[in-house]
Amino acid sequence: MDFVDYYKTLGLERTATEKDIKKAYRKLARKYHPDLNPNNKDAEKKFKEINEANEVLSDPEKREKYDKYGKDWMHGEEFEKARQQQSSRSQHQGFSGGASGFSESDFSDFFESMFGGARGSSRQGPVQFKGKDLNADLELNLSDIYKTHRQILTLHGQKIRITIPAGVEHGQEIKIKGKGGKGINGGPNGDLYIKFNVVNDTSFKRDGENLYTTVDLDLYTALLGGTLTVDTFDGKVKLNIKPETANDTKVRLRGKGFPIYKKEGQFGDLIVTYKVKIPTQLSEKEKELFKALQKLR
Amino acid sequence: MGRRELILIETLCIQYEVEASFIKELHSIGLIEIEKIENDEFIHEETIGDLEKMIRLNRELNVNIEGIDVVFNLLQKEIKMQEEIIALRNRLKFYEENK
Repeated sequence: MDFVDYYKTLGLERTATEKDIKKAYRKLARKYHPDLNPNNKDAEKKFKEINEANEVLSDPEKREKYDKYGKDWMHGEEFEKARQQQSSRSQHQGFSGGASGFSESDFSDFFESMFGGARGSSRQGPVQFKGKDLNADLELNLSDIYKTHRQILTLHGQKIRITIPAGVEHGQEIKIKGKGGKGINGGPNGDLYIKFNVVNDTSFKRDGENLYTTVDLDLYTALLGGTLTVDTFDGKVKLNIKPETANDTKVRLRGKGFPIYKKEGQFGDLIVTYKVKIPTQLSEKEKELFKALQKLR
Repeated sequence: MGRRELILIETLCIQYEVEASFIKELHSIGLIEIEKIENDEFIHEETIGDLEKMIRLNRELNVNIEGIDVVFNLLQKEIKMQEEIIALRNRLKFYEENK
């Protein structure tokens, strides 16, 4: 457990007046408030730190104790006495509750040791607030999200059944209403945000709703034309190859790509690139025939 | 839409310790929708999260109604930009993998 310099946290000198503290706190709170920095863990951490600093420095009694015993909090006999007296008098003047709210665990170990937690509130009567929003990551295979499917997850000790829509993006987040932290004083539960990490377990490359694949095409089919069977995400298709098809030719198979998110029954395209394979280990006869062809050109 | 999904404004004012005028001002600026059934006014349960955020901005950061409107517009823009960043990152990843 480290000593926490609350003055430094708020960017203040130890001689700061109450007005200075309030001003510095307000300024930093506006910058780091979780409502203004959604999903920003760094801002959330910083906000908790400044809230804790304000909790101590804006309360003359706590500030005095902090100034007197703060640095020696681990050994001071007087500090121990002060701490015992303190436990029944702690007052919380910072932000209370809400999605950005604080519980005792949101205060540092240093604060808990010195001031005995954040029990008590300056508010009269219990104010109901929505519980804390929670975040979770879920890894999915690309092949799993080709179709809308259901999964049962165990998160924070509760079983949650979720529907994962086909075509979700890597990094996309969905909100599960009411599955976050428990509401405060009977308020509604917070929400659960699940972020998808999509792992490509297929040979296809995905760009949004379009899929890309590369197939080998033998020289003779490329030159003379013919047919080729190609794997798509949901089966095989037979393609007609035009005579004199060049290497790296791309064909677009409409509707054979990936499902479009939240557009039931709609799919992107599959783009197939032909890679013409040059025959190797030619026989003498083949070499002769190719030379004959060369002379014709 | 069932009545159960609606919350009486009067109840909200007691729970959150806010004036009804504050909620009505939020409505007048277009930040929340109020539904009137007979003589009672309600807001949808789904908008509670946003309403709480507005209360916090006002109470904790002294942001006035017009300021809340600006903040919400900017947050909406940020959400859209985040979605665009995700799509662009995935596209960049696709091209980097296929160099």
